[in-house]
Amino acid sequence: MKSEQRELSGWGNTSPSVASIVDVSASELGRPGSLAELGPLRRGAIVRGLGRSYGDPAQNAGGTVLRLTGDDASMVLDSDAGTLTVDAGVSLDTILRDIVPRGWFVPVTPGTRFVTVGGCIASDVHGKGHHADRSFGSHVVAMTMLLADGTIRRITPDADGDLWWATIGGMGLTGIIVDATFRLIPIETGHFLVDTERVPNLDTLLERMEDGDRQYRYSVAWIDLVATGSSLGRSVLSLGNHATLGELQSYEPKAALDPLAFDPPVLPGVPVGMPNVLNRAAVRAFNEFWYRKTRREHHGIESITAFFHPLDMVGHWNRLYGRAGFLQYQFVVPFEAVDTLRAIVGKISAEGHASFLAVLKRLGAESGGLLSFPKPGWTLTLDLPAGVDGLGRLLRELDELVIAAGGRHYLAKDAFCPPEVIRAGYPRLDEWKAIRQRVDPDGLWVSDQARRLELI
Amino acid sequence: MQNAIHQPQSILVLGGASDIGRAIVRALDSPTLRRVILACRNPDDVETTGLSDHAEVVAVAFDATEHAAHESFVQSMAATYGDLDIVVQAFGRLGADDGDDPEAAARLAEVNYVGAVSSGLAVARQLRAQGHGTLVVLSSVAGVRTRPSNFVYGSTKAAQDAFATGLGHWLHGSGAHVLTVRPGYVRSSMSAGVPEAPFAVDPADVAAATVKGLRRGSDVVWVPGILRWVFGILRFVPGPIWRRLDR
Repeated sequence: MKSEQRELSGWGNTSPSVASIVDVSASELGRPGSLAELGPLRRGAIVRGLGRSYGDPAQNAGGTVLRLTGDDASMVLDSDAGTLTVDAGVSLDTILRDIVPRGWFVPVTPGTRFVTVGGCIASDVHGKGHHADRSFGSHVVAMTMLLADGTIRRITPDADGDLWWATIGGMGLTGIIVDATFRLIPIETGHFLVDTERVPNLDTLLERMEDGDRQYRYSVAWIDLVATGSSLGRSVLSLGNHATLGELQSYEPKAALDPLAFDPPVLPGVPVGMPNVLNRAAVRAFNEFWYRKTRREHHGIESITAFFHPLDMVGHWNRLYGRAGFLQYQFVVPFEAVDTLRAIVGKISAEGHASFLAVLKRLGAESGGLLSFPKPGWTLTLDLPAGVDGLGRLLRELDELVIAAGGRHYLAKDAFCPPEVIRAGYPRLDEWKAIRQRVDPDGLWVSDQARRLELI
Repeated sequence: MQNAIHQPQSILVLGGASDIGRAIVRALDSPTLRRVILACRNPDDVETTGLSDHAEVVAVAFDATEHAAHESFVQSMAATYGDLDIVVQAFGRLGADDGDDPEAAARLAEVNYVGAVSSGLAVARQLRAQGHGTLVVLSSVAGVRTRPSNFVYGSTKAAQDAFATGLGHWLHGSGAHVLTVRPGYVRSSMSAGVPEAPFAVDPADVAAATVKGLRRGSDVVWVPGILRWVFGILRFVPGPIWRRLDR
C-alpha cells in the first residue's frame, strides 16, 4: 500500500502535524493479514474518514494515518429489517442519495452529510433529534472491527458489550471499524414540516425549547452571542418533523409529485488562502441579518439540506477563518445547571469574542458509550477564531464553569481542553482505558488527541 | 502536543539558566503545560520554582560544547519525558569581545555557533520523527550587521541565525518548525555591565513576542518589532558612518 508524508489538521485548521498517510479500503482492511501488510507502524496508527472532526483526533504526528475510503457498492439495504449495512468509509452524503429516494432516512445526522459512518460511530454523533432519537451509536446493531492483534471480528452489543461500548464514542482508539449495520427511519417524503420563530431573549428561548421538544422530533436554536443587554440570547428557533405525504401535498403540491427526490447541489467552495473574514464586525452584521431575515413566526416545508445541512452548500467554509483557523467549543451542562448556561452566554457576549453560529440544543438520554458526549442537558456550540488574543483565558473560565456544573466537552470538537477537564467530564474514562488496554495492550491505535488528552 | 491556540504540553530549554529562556517558559505557562526541562551546565544551581503554576519543572545537565553528546541527549529527553513540543535554544555567551584573544573568540564560537548547530540538528531529528514541534532559536540583531565593539559575538550570532533560518526551510513540510527570534538589547544577567542600547527590552518582552510568533507560525520575529525596519536601513549604512554609530 502506498504511503505519503503529509501535513494534516482537523476541520478547524489548527494544530497540524505530519504523518505517513495510507489510503485503504474497507475490503482491503477486512482481509485476514491486512494489518501485517501495512508494515511496522512506528508511533502507531489512527483511522481518518473525511476529516470533519474539528480538532486533532484524526491525525497522528510522526505515525500512520489510515485514510479509509468507502465503496458505494458495499451498501446493503434490508428493507424488511429496516437496516443498512455499509463500509465504514462511506459518507452519509452517499448513503442519503441512495436511501432517501427509496423511502428511508438515517437515524441521526450531524450538521454535515460529509462524515463517514465510521466517524459517526467513533464520535457517537448527535443531531437535531437527540432529545427524541439519541445518538448514532444507539442505532447500530453490529460492526466488523479490525483489532490491534490483526483479527477481524463481527461484534454486537449483546455478545461484546465491553468492546462495543468502548468503541461507540471511542474516537477510533479501540480498533478500526470496517463496516457497520444500523437501523434506518422510514420516511414518506424527503422534506420536513418546520416551525421557525424569532425568540427575543435567552429565558424565553429556554422555555420555548422545553415545550418544543415534546412536540417535535427535531429542534435546534441559533443564538446571537454578539447581542447584549435586553437582547442577550436572542435566537432563531427551528422545530420540525418529517413531513408526511399529505402534508407535503397540502403545503407544496409541486414537490409532492416527487416526494422522495434528493439531489442536493454543492456550490463552489471557499478558496485556499482566504484571510479571516469572520471578524467581529462581519459576525455582528451576519447575526443581525440572520435574526432579521427570519419572520417572527414561519410554518412551512424545508428540504433535508436546508433543515439539516445548510453549511454543506458552501464547500470548505472553514477556510473563512483564515490561516489561524478556528475552534469549535461544544459542551453540555445538565438541565438543572441552567444558571451556568446563562452565565456562559452572558460571559461570551460581554467578552466580545465574535462567535459565528452559536447553536443551542437540548440533549436526551446517554447512548451507553463510555466516552460518548451526549447526556441529558443543554449543549451549546461556539465557533471561535483561534487567532484572537485572550481566547485561552476565556475558554479556561468556560471549562471551569462547565466542569463545576457537572458538564463535559465533546471530543469530536475539542482542540483545547487540558486532560483534567476531560477526565472530570467523563467519569467512566478509567473503565474505558482498562478495556482499551485489553484490546490494544501495545498501544497501536493512537492519535494526536489521545496524546494531548492523555487518553492512552 | 500543542492545543489549537499553541499552548504546549512540554518545553525543553537548552540553556535553562537563561533569563530569556525562562521568561519564555513563563509566557507559555497554562493548564495545558505538563513538563518543563531546564537543560544547563549546573542543574543543581538552577531555580526550578516560579516558572510554572501547572507543570513539573526539572533541571538536567547539558553542555552546549559537548557536541558529540547532543544527539543522545535529545533522544533521552524524548524517551524520558515524551514528545518535545517546544525546544528553546537559549544558551549563549556574550564574552569579553577582544579581538586580541583568538582562543576566547574560538570558545565563543564553540558555544554560540557550533553548539547551536549540533544541538539544533539533534532537536530537528527528534521533531521530524515526532511529526510536530517547534525549535525556538534565540538569535540577536547583533548578527544582522556586526559592530566593531562586539564583532566576534556578532559573527557567532550571524552564523547561528543563518543556520536557524536555513534549518527552518530544510524542515518545511516535516511538521517541525523553527522560529528565529532576533532581539535587540535585552536587560538580562547576560548583558549586565554592558551599556544599554536604544530600543532596549526586557526578557518578558522577548517572551511575549516569541509566543505571538509561535501563534502566528512566523519564521522570524524581531523584538521590538521596529528593529526589523531599523536594521533594514542600518544594514546599508556606509562603513564610515556605521563605525561612528558604534562609538
